[in-house]
Amino acid sequence: MKAMSTMKLLLALILVAGLFRAGLALTSPVQRGRGPQQASPLRTAIFDPQQKIYYADANDRTVRALPVQDNVWMIVGAGGNIVVHTGDDGVLVVDTGSGGAATEKVQTILRAISTKPVRYILNTSFRPDHTGGNESLRGMPPPGAAGGGGGRGGGGRGTPIAAYETVLGRMSAPTGKVASTPANAWPTETYFKEFHDIYFNGEGIQMIHIPDAITDGDSIVYFRRTDVIAAGDIFMTTTYPVIDVKAGGTIDGVLVGLNRILDICIPKEKQEGGTMVIPGHGRISDEADVLEYRDMVKIIRDRILDAVKKGKTLQQVQAAGLTKDYDGRYGATTGAWTTAMFIEAAYQSLSEKK
Amino acid sequence: MVDLKRSALAVLFLSSIALWSTPAFAQMDLAGEWAPQFHEDQPERLAGPDIGDYAGLPINDAARMAADAWNADILSVPEHQCKPHPSDYSPRGPAQLQIWKEVDPVSRQVIAWRTHIMWQAPERWIYMDGRPHPDEFAAHTWQGFSTGEWVGQVLKVTTTHLKKGWIRRNGVPRSDQAELTEYFWRHGEYLTWTVIINDPIYLTEPMVRSSDFRWAPGQNVGNYPCQIVTELDHEQGWLPHWLPGTNPYLDLYSKTYDVIPEAGRGGADTMLPDFRKKVVAAQKWPPPAQPQNNPGGRGGGGPAAGGGAGGPGPGGARGGAPQGGQRGAPPAPGGRGQ
Repeated sequence: MKAMSTMKLLLALILVAGLFRAGLALTSPVQRGRGPQQASPLRTAIFDPQQKIYYADANDRTVRALPVQDNVWMIVGAGGNIVVHTGDDGVLVVDTGSGGAATEKVQTILRAISTKPVRYILNTSFRPDHTGGNESLRGMPPPGAAGGGGGRGGGGRGTPIAAYETVLGRMSAPTGKVASTPANAWPTETYFKEFHDIYFNGEGIQMIHIPDAITDGDSIVYFRRTDVIAAGDIFMTTTYPVIDVKAGGTIDGVLVGLNRILDICIPKEKQEGGTMVIPGHGRISDEADVLEYRDMVKIIRDRILDAVKKGKTLQQVQAAGLTKDYDGRYGATTGAWTTAMFIEAAYQSLSEKK
Repeated sequence: MVDLKRSALAVLFLSSIALWSTPAFAQMDLAGEWAPQFHEDQPERLAGPDIGDYAGLPINDAARMAADAWNADILSVPEHQCKPHPSDYSPRGPAQLQIWKEVDPVSRQVIAWRTHIMWQAPERWIYMDGRPHPDEFAAHTWQGFSTGEWVGQVLKVTTTHLKKGWIRRNGVPRSDQAELTEYFWRHGEYLTWTVIINDPIYLTEPMVRSSDFRWAPGQNVGNYPCQIVTELDHEQGWLPHWLPGTNPYLDLYSKTYDVIPEAGRGGADTMLPDFRKKVVAAQKWPPPAQPQNNPGGRGGGGPAAGGGAGGPGPGGARGGAPQGGQRGAPPAPGGRGQ
């Protein structure tokens, strides 16, 4: 009889231990050990401790955050990549994705990664897949707050948005005209020189302007202590550069930007890791990945420039197969950015150079 | 009767050992020092392949175009100098190999097999604990992410998340979308390492390649061999490459060895015996006298060229070439164009 009771007790203990262990696997480290004040009904993110990934939704794992280095994370699945920098001062994000339906999931992940409010937003360009979430993240209530509000110190509507000055010009409109984006999404801190310096979460953060690259308002963001670069769309691992010629973009500007990133990068031993680079779209990268992309852009640029100098028309260049060795990796025949569109953009910007 | 009892006891004893022993997860011990054997593909693996030699590679037009644009001067670009051989190519080079295992301190089960190779000192983890491969947005590495399982006596390894690499050391690319299936076969004092490359970007079919190693307990693997240096004063972003149709060395291979030019262009057909018959049928025999000067040599020259066996002068007889085929060179190969 006594043995039976002991057995029951043992089984009960095993069951409790199992449930406890399962619970740990499905909650974030922030949730663990932070007490009851963390039990917000908004927070439903789950954490995979093996992969160290936060998922906004257990059933739809599209929107998720991957660890990059130290206190920097990368959120994917919500448009352009969103870079998240956490610390005692709060949360700083570089770019805000497309906004819209993914907004709530991005907010869920941000709450899981940090208990602090979003206190700084930096934009690498004006493009909607990088600024679409400006308004919603800016208005995101700090944890524990009833609503938006809050000044610069507390996040919310007062959260500053920093970008190169032409970004403001392209997102806003003169008095009496209709702007392409709501006023709450516009940059509040602009710069017009080469650098814009910020000190946040215990480290120096540099916004570095790259002239006439994807657009006329691109910035790369360098976290100096963490040794991470947010490259914006100057570097992507998914497609050819999305050069917006109408917005001042040029292929030579993209090359300048890629070379600038390579200048900053210092890999660890065996040419790997060290400075980590977060692309505008695609996977976490380092110097070697940027090098491969730079080489691709440089080789194609030289081929198209050679054709331009020989008087070839755009149609002739598009038919010449000058990108054939890279099309399988970066090209597309359908969708928002095709190989033909990339060649046209490069051709146009190089024709002006000619 | 006594013998019967003894036998029964012995069976019982052995059975109990079998019951209480830890299951044998590793059917073969691969740990140790392994010396590379170069009896296969020696000229390609040490001195280095000729420019324009893509023979025997199941490549597509995209790979061919990329390789045609390759200029050996790229090895002077600092960021390119110390790139380590990726895991699918590293057994091909100066591959003094060390293998050891990481063992869980409590369960004593093998968590991972580890490898270290001399050239550029790449190290791998081949996880045996069933962990999943990383997210598609996780970083890619030179060695990729590998998991292993035993298939009988053979260690089967699956590798994803590779950085872009090379299939042959003359510019034939392997994309970062490629995945590997590898087999480590130990036959006593010999080890065969088979790599199957599946590359949807640059190959028309899986490419299979094997390298052999011999157990070498006295082997001394050297330290990290590479140091980046700026050799030339070029503008930022300098990148040597050949524009389409301008690479003058693409016929180097076919002229040197008197093979039809299409052999050098590679493709799946060039792996097959029928194609070899075609090459032999078209050969002029004996080959014409070769010029004596060889200003460019082979091997690419830069510190990442591998092996250090480059240099001027005629190379030795090439394995697989017609008997007595002495290597010469056309005028001025390896020049620093562009």
